[in-house]
Amino acid sequence: MIRTRLAAILIGYGTLAVGACLLAPLVGSTHINLARAFDRSIPFADNVDAQIFFVARMPRVLTAAVVGGTLAAAGVVMQALLRNPLATPFTLGVSAGAALGAILVITFVQADLKIGLYSIGGGAIPLASLGGALVASLVVYALARRPGRTMSTTVLLLAGVTLNAFFSALILFVQYSADFTQTYRTVRWLMGDLDVGSFTPIVASLPLVLAAFGMFAVLPRSLNLLSVGNDIAATRGVDVGRTQRLAFFSASLATSAAVSLAGPIGFVGIVVPHLVRLMVGVDHRVVLPASVLFGAAFLIGCDVVARMVLAPVEVPVGVVTAILGGPFFLWLLVRKS
Amino acid sequence: MAARAEKLKAIVCLLALVGGARAVTFAQSNARAAASQPVAARRIVSLVPNVTEMLFAVGAGSQVVGVSSYEDFPPETKSLPRVGALLDPDVERIFSLRPDLVIVYGSQTQLEGQLARAGIRVYSYRHAGVDNILQAIRDVGRLTGHAGDSDRVVRDLQSQLDDVRRRVRGRPRPRTMLVIGRDAAALRGVYASAGVGFLHELLDAAGGDDAFGDIKREAAQPSNETVIARAPQVIIEMHATEQPAADVVQRERAVWNVLSSVPAVHNNRVYLLYGSYLMAAGPRVGRAAEALARVLHPEVFR
Repeated sequence: MIRTRLAAILIGYGTLAVGACLLAPLVGSTHINLARAFDRSIPFADNVDAQIFFVARMPRVLTAAVVGGTLAAAGVVMQALLRNPLATPFTLGVSAGAALGAILVITFVQADLKIGLYSIGGGAIPLASLGGALVASLVVYALARRPGRTMSTTVLLLAGVTLNAFFSALILFVQYSADFTQTYRTVRWLMGDLDVGSFTPIVASLPLVLAAFGMFAVLPRSLNLLSVGNDIAATRGVDVGRTQRLAFFSASLATSAAVSLAGPIGFVGIVVPHLVRLMVGVDHRVVLPASVLFGAAFLIGCDVVARMVLAPVEVPVGVVTAILGGPFFLWLLVRKS
Repeated sequence: MAARAEKLKAIVCLLALVGGARAVTFAQSNARAAASQPVAARRIVSLVPNVTEMLFAVGAGSQVVGVSSYEDFPPETKSLPRVGALLDPDVERIFSLRPDLVIVYGSQTQLEGQLARAGIRVYSYRHAGVDNILQAIRDVGRLTGHAGDSDRVVRDLQSQLDDVRRRVRGRPRPRTMLVIGRDAAALRGVYASAGVGFLHELLDAAGGDDAFGDIKREAAQPSNETVIARAPQVIIEMHATEQPAADVVQRERAVWNVLSSVPAVHNNRVYLLYGSYLMAAGPRVGRAAEALARVLHPEVFR
């Protein structure tokens, strides 16, 4: 029963996500000739249409897919773990830690960051934000864990919120000592940006994303019981402590990877899980995979709007997710209730 | 009753708005009045780095007693007391320097009000085009008793710019993207000068056609797609820093290679310029225009 329903829903959402991936590169601020873009007889260096398609649009669309799907899944898991509908992937301080890392590099590393003999160049900001995100996750975990017992969601939530505030204060402090261009670039980073310019950053993020998804894959059944309550889950044979750890680390890892790739793009992680639940119900075996696919399609769609609405100038995609997602979510909420 | 209260509220809001607007115009007319006052200022605090440069250029450097936190040119400013900057002016420190003229940026209306209440003259500056820079040089000359010197600085600057314009006259004007910001070692966060402001005008004087001239803003943030579509024939990056090591410059230039269909890239016309004079809206804009013209039209400088 669940298998056929799951299959039907996944085919539906999968079609949506794949369709978005295929259609989004066809549109943009410039009109391109597809036949020319795929014409191998023209040298790539002279083929403007191919460059726009493969260098400018494809990496963006794929980044949107990876980031959208990852943040949506992390949102689902966080909401179940914290048993709180307001939880987002950023609730436990991951994005604030990432932002602090990025801002430190933007402000204090002028041109060329080297680790030993290796120049990490353009990877400096992503790496620093990844480091900041992972440090934040570990701090929250160290605070909330109780040897021999399960984690308290209250402590987890409070530790996360406090760490968020603490990192935000550090960010303001660093901002205050930065000059205007650095401050502006920081603010721009915080809005999120999918124009990664090549496939390298996406490939670099894949190991983390895949590791997180591997953990997501074993979670849904336990999450169903966990979202009812720790005690009930325990009586049904769920190892609550282990599930909590798995949920916490998978969601943190996924969020860290997404934020280091494209900055903290807001709203996807809270609105997509709720939208999907309104459409398919609350069973995590369905909600989690459906959210990944819908999140990917949603962010790809928002990026298309961001690219086109004010062309040739662009709107930051983080602004679009909130402006489009908010009213749509409210409409669905009112209609369903 | 409720309706009346609402009306009253609306009137109060309106009054507050009008009052705010009046305060601003007062401050502006104050600045203009200050410009026409005959008594030369002897103790000047400048919160605007490029106006500080103007003060030194017109010969009022010895009258400057305090500068902003970001000052580094001319070198004499490095030993002067710092009094904060655009967002964090230190009012107490400004008062303690007993200035008789304070240069503020146009958006610092709160500070302007405080200074006005203390009876200190204010000159309010706002970034705009080259004409605005020339006018500001004349203004600070008048305010500091160096009217003649400031006229000479303006004339020199004008003839410098005219000289650049004359040299490039009749040359083909390449479609040029003037990059004013980019993430280090990556093609992300690219900012280009657009159709408004002194950089746009300098590019124009240097014989380049601004690739983003149709966007009527000071800066645009083009996506990679937009850069490919606009196909600039020349890309000039301006870095307001000192020239780094050659291998760093090499690597920074190489980040553009991914956009190989862009004419500037495959014709090897991506240039990286370094120096604080490039982006300072002050007496050094003539030099900046010449630096642009030298990379756009090297043949006329042989």
